[in-house]
Amino acid sequence: MDFSSINPVLLLASLIVAATPLLLAAIGELVVEKAGVLNLGVEGMMITGAICGFAISVNTGSPVLGLVAAALGGAALSLLFALLTQYALANQVASGLALTLFGLGLSALIGQGYQGIKPPSFPRFDIPLLSDIPFIGPVLFTQDFIVYLAFFLTLGVWAMLKYSRAGLILRAVGESHDAAHALGYKVVRIRVIAILFGGACAGMGGAYISLIRVPQWTEGMTAGIGWIALALVVFASWKPWRVLLGACLFGGINVLQLNLQAAGVAIPVEFLAMSPYVITIIVLVIMSADRSGAPASLGKVFHAGN
Amino acid sequence: MKRRTLLASAALAMGLASAGFAADTTKVGFVYVGPVGDGGWTYEHNKGRLAVEEHFGDKVETVFVESVPEGPDAERVMTQMALEGADLIFTTSFGYMDQTINVAKKFPNVKFEHATGYKQADNVSVYSARFYEGRAIQGHIAGKMTESNVIGYIASFPIPEVIRGINSAYIHAKKVNPDVEFKIIWAYTWFDPAKEADAAKALIEQGADVILQHTDSTAPLAAAQEAGGVIGFGQASDMAEYKDGPRVSSIIDDWAPYYIARTQAVMDGSWESKSTWDGIGAGMVGIGEITDKVPAEVAAEAMELKAKLASGEYHAFTGPLNKQDGSVWLEAGQTASDYGDDGLAGMSFYVEGITAEIPN
Repeated sequence: MDFSSINPVLLLASLIVAATPLLLAAIGELVVEKAGVLNLGVEGMMITGAICGFAISVNTGSPVLGLVAAALGGAALSLLFALLTQYALANQVASGLALTLFGLGLSALIGQGYQGIKPPSFPRFDIPLLSDIPFIGPVLFTQDFIVYLAFFLTLGVWAMLKYSRAGLILRAVGESHDAAHALGYKVVRIRVIAILFGGACAGMGGAYISLIRVPQWTEGMTAGIGWIALALVVFASWKPWRVLLGACLFGGINVLQLNLQAAGVAIPVEFLAMSPYVITIIVLVIMSADRSGAPASLGKVFHAGN
Repeated sequence: MKRRTLLASAALAMGLASAGFAADTTKVGFVYVGPVGDGGWTYEHNKGRLAVEEHFGDKVETVFVESVPEGPDAERVMTQMALEGADLIFTTSFGYMDQTINVAKKFPNVKFEHATGYKQADNVSVYSARFYEGRAIQGHIAGKMTESNVIGYIASFPIPEVIRGINSAYIHAKKVNPDVEFKIIWAYTWFDPAKEADAAKALIEQGADVILQHTDSTAPLAAAQEAGGVIGFGQASDMAEYKDGPRVSSIIDDWAPYYIARTQAVMDGSWESKSTWDGIGAGMVGIGEITDKVPAEVAAEAMELKAKLASGEYHAFTGPLNKQDGSVWLEAGQTASDYGDDGLAGMSFYVEGITAEIPN
């Protein structure tokens, strides 16, 4: 057992990299669910974002354009879900599952010919002065800008839901769409905007995997991260800061257990391998003892004629 | 009335025609654990399927389902394939073993072929490749080329096939470099590019400058390329897109000849349940081009080792070899048997020198 081989700075930096795609996808889905819509298509939107971002990055040489393309790709796929569920009034669960399958197939089709290509690198974003702080600096303040984007998105979503009129309206739509409609709010429009936001976030989460975390394109490369993001929203009781904590816990413990295995730590590998799931669930379940419930209208179809 | 009779007759004629067509066509199903574009294990199995189509033309119809989890889902997929008229079904992952046996009992007229498993039945054959022969060559190259003396190994699941590979690579790395150390990470997945990349990064950060993998995506090679100064190997497929980068050679699984032969056996009625376990000699295991990154002398040694393994002159597990606990496994000159106590088929121990533990 050789703990000296584990560099804590690199370990914590890897933790942030592992948490970021999960955080982006989950924070987007949180907004969607707060609006009363259950979109199980996160995996499909993530993988679509992964290939859109990768293809555009490779073809333009600009990772930033790739990220924009990923957001648009994820949003475009979510628009399909919005049309099905908000206008055609299709079942949200079935539509979400179909979206995942469609996204996986579409991305495989688009992705042919992109295997084995190295995408252009995202520049590291060193924050002056802060990046020079020993230990903390290299961990928190020398990341690529998507990490900061994910954090500020979380901050923005929290502030919007808690303090803004728009957030209040969004929550009202999620809690009782009929009451919100009676007050004159455009329930469908609000939900469509939320769905598009969720799709864009999922797309960026996917692009983070293909452009930074791996970095390459492989068919099916999200490999279930979208489903973990969905579960995270529920276990975090639909609270943005808990989503951030959950993403860091899951991503961090995953990276930590891999490092502990490599260092030959005397803990059975089976326990290490299951630890990200178990610890994340335990922590978030304990924290959700305040009985924060799901939005009351979550998954329910809104009939404008009512 | 006449029109209805005419329509009924036409429908019957079409039905008989299609039934006749169906009778002439052998339907072959494939169940895959990963996506066909994984660039590794499933990609090569799918190449085998395409070879069957090309070889037999209209005489066969192939169907496949990709990314099927090992467990109840696999049983449902196999059952559906059998119900839809498959004559032969290839189930291409170790974790499909019990499901294959279960479904085979329900469909005695359907032939099943299970990859890398060990359970047979009247209508279930098993087939595998001696990947450990390829690992011996990789171990030799890795042992010669490492500068840090730390070799990282990304393992999937603690099953005999994977353990054999680790042992074979370690034995042959140690032979040429007594100072070599293996760091092993169990990913508990066959295919998860993000996790595979994370595992590779963890190993690289802990000093590994050679990465071996028994997972199915090219992500570890991408991570090695990103890190720089690290070499890796193609797994199950050539992964030639990384030739200009970290990939210095590869193990290539060539399933096409086997798939063609077994489909032919079903067609001509000669199919029998059997166990096939072929290696480099039979062509089921190929060694990908060794790139210029490898010194010519080391490449020549690797090719010599390949030739000896292919001819049977040398066995990858030749004594003296001890188990991890120090007890004797193979005496000097003794080679490992395939089956029986301490045989390769059920290998569940590390050889002496590996410090990690095998998960239960």
